[in-house]
Amino acid sequence: MKTKLHLGKNWLYLPLVMMAIFYLLPMYVILVTGFKSFAEIDLKTMWDLPKGIAFDNYIEAWAKLSPSLRNSFVMVIPASLISSAIGSLNGYVLAKWKFRGSDTIFPFILFGMFIPYQSIMIPLVQFMKGIGVSGLPGLALAHIIYGIPITTLTFRNYYASLPQELLEAAKIDGADMLGIYRHILLPISLPSFVVVLIWQFTSAWNDFLFAVILTGNKEWPITVALNNMAGSQIIAWNVQMAGSLLAALPTLLVYIFLGRYFLRGLLAGSLKG
Amino acid sequence: MSRDKDRFLNILLISPSILAVFIFIYLFIGWSVRVSLSKWKGLTADYTWNGIKNYLELFADPRFHVDIRNTLIFTGVFVFGSILLGFILAVMLDQGLKGEGFFRSLFLFPMAISYIVTGVVWRWLMNPATGTRTSGLNLLFTNLGLDSLVNEWHTTPTWGIAAIALAAIWQMSGYTMALYLAGLRAIPQELKEAAQIDGASELQIYRHIMLPLLSPVTLSALIILGHMSLKVFDLIVAIAGKQLPLDVPAIYMWQITFDGLFYGKGAAIGILLLISVAVLIIPYIRYTLRMEREENEN
Repeated sequence: MKTKLHLGKNWLYLPLVMMAIFYLLPMYVILVTGFKSFAEIDLKTMWDLPKGIAFDNYIEAWAKLSPSLRNSFVMVIPASLISSAIGSLNGYVLAKWKFRGSDTIFPFILFGMFIPYQSIMIPLVQFMKGIGVSGLPGLALAHIIYGIPITTLTFRNYYASLPQELLEAAKIDGADMLGIYRHILLPISLPSFVVVLIWQFTSAWNDFLFAVILTGNKEWPITVALNNMAGSQIIAWNVQMAGSLLAALPTLLVYIFLGRYFLRGLLAGSLKG
Repeated sequence: MSRDKDRFLNILLISPSILAVFIFIYLFIGWSVRVSLSKWKGLTADYTWNGIKNYLELFADPRFHVDIRNTLIFTGVFVFGSILLGFILAVMLDQGLKGEGFFRSLFLFPMAISYIVTGVVWRWLMNPATGTRTSGLNLLFTNLGLDSLVNEWHTTPTWGIAAIALAAIWQMSGYTMALYLAGLRAIPQELKEAAQIDGASELQIYRHIMLPLLSPVTLSALIILGHMSLKVFDLIVAIAGKQLPLDVPAIYMWQITFDGLFYGKGAAIGILLLISVAVLIIPYIRYTLRMEREENEN
């Protein structure tokens, strides 16, 4: 039945492959350029395959960008771990331990997910200066706090989908609120943690706006460093391409290996838990 | 027995987050509004009352008019392009072809990388240089004999911002595809089969049955993409730097605040952006939460 139904649909591969080429075109340029030797570099031959495999571009890009890659990791890993933990506890309270006004507060938390950060940027800079937090810790703090809405939403939706009976049974057995969280919910929260961690890792890694206002040049994460490299006249475009791959690789690897969870985070971000 | 303790504990657990959200979002918004009503210009804070003068000056500012025009063009091209492309891709992938998972992952991978990386690469793909220095897509078009497609990309007068929207479509159309695909999968198969038995063609089924059923998805996509285009910043900076013809409110805000030190006016742009986003997002949040409540009641 199935094969019969789809017999006439093979022509669809033509538009699909054409679209695949469209999506891969930039990756193709990044890859072929990255592996060319300096001698081969010429804008006129940018679509040609490299004559051999050379690492000139990567060596130079690495020399320029490795401190920023390190900065990004140092900032992103704690930021995503902490905001996921906070989101999990918040989601637990908002889904299973509602209090007077909790349904009123929730949309106000959600709104924070969508605000243009330009509308809080001046106070944010002033506030960080005021409390004496700057550089990477300040940037991590911003990602943790502005990550609260999305992490809370994802966990709340997940916990709300669990049957109330699960908690009631544990309550009869004498478990208290934290006990239920630790022994019943936490063990089955791993997939949601993966979703949220990936989401926070990706958005903090890819962020540019907070990074550019909260860090100075020694603490630039990779997005700022790459953008400045691309904006300078001194660094050749081929090194920029190699740098782009270095900047994209961590999140790309996460996507390649954990794409299913990435997709779930994406759909949660449109409020469609 | 531990009810009262738990009731207290739940509020205790969530109050740091509520406090943080209150300070970093609502208090800061209020603070920005206050700055936008001040004369603050220069490195030291100055809250001298200035009324709505900063806003009035913006509305009369030719640069801000360019920003609004660019935002409108960008939003139109980006939202329409991403929704159309995303829908077509989703319908094609919904046909049960072999390799569906592969294509789906491929169309979605640009979502995993930053606007900065996208921008740096597209900057070279959309290189507008001509003659012997032709490169990027223009070179590709020439080599393929598609000379009519050769163009000046983001350096095109007035419409240059549409080229930026093209890179944004590359990045975000996979997202609309994923939204539509999730929507299509939620439609009961029987509906489609019933229509097939009634003699409806594939195209008619999508046009008259699927598309209306998918209108909540289209609404989500419109609002999410629409609010993204109001905020667009990184991508333009990475492709073209901060050039006047490609100016948008987020870039103007950035420059006037941190380069020009005109904090009052910068805050006013931030607040105008917030209002335009809120007009889209607040009804959307209310609608989503109402739907959720109705679902739970049924």
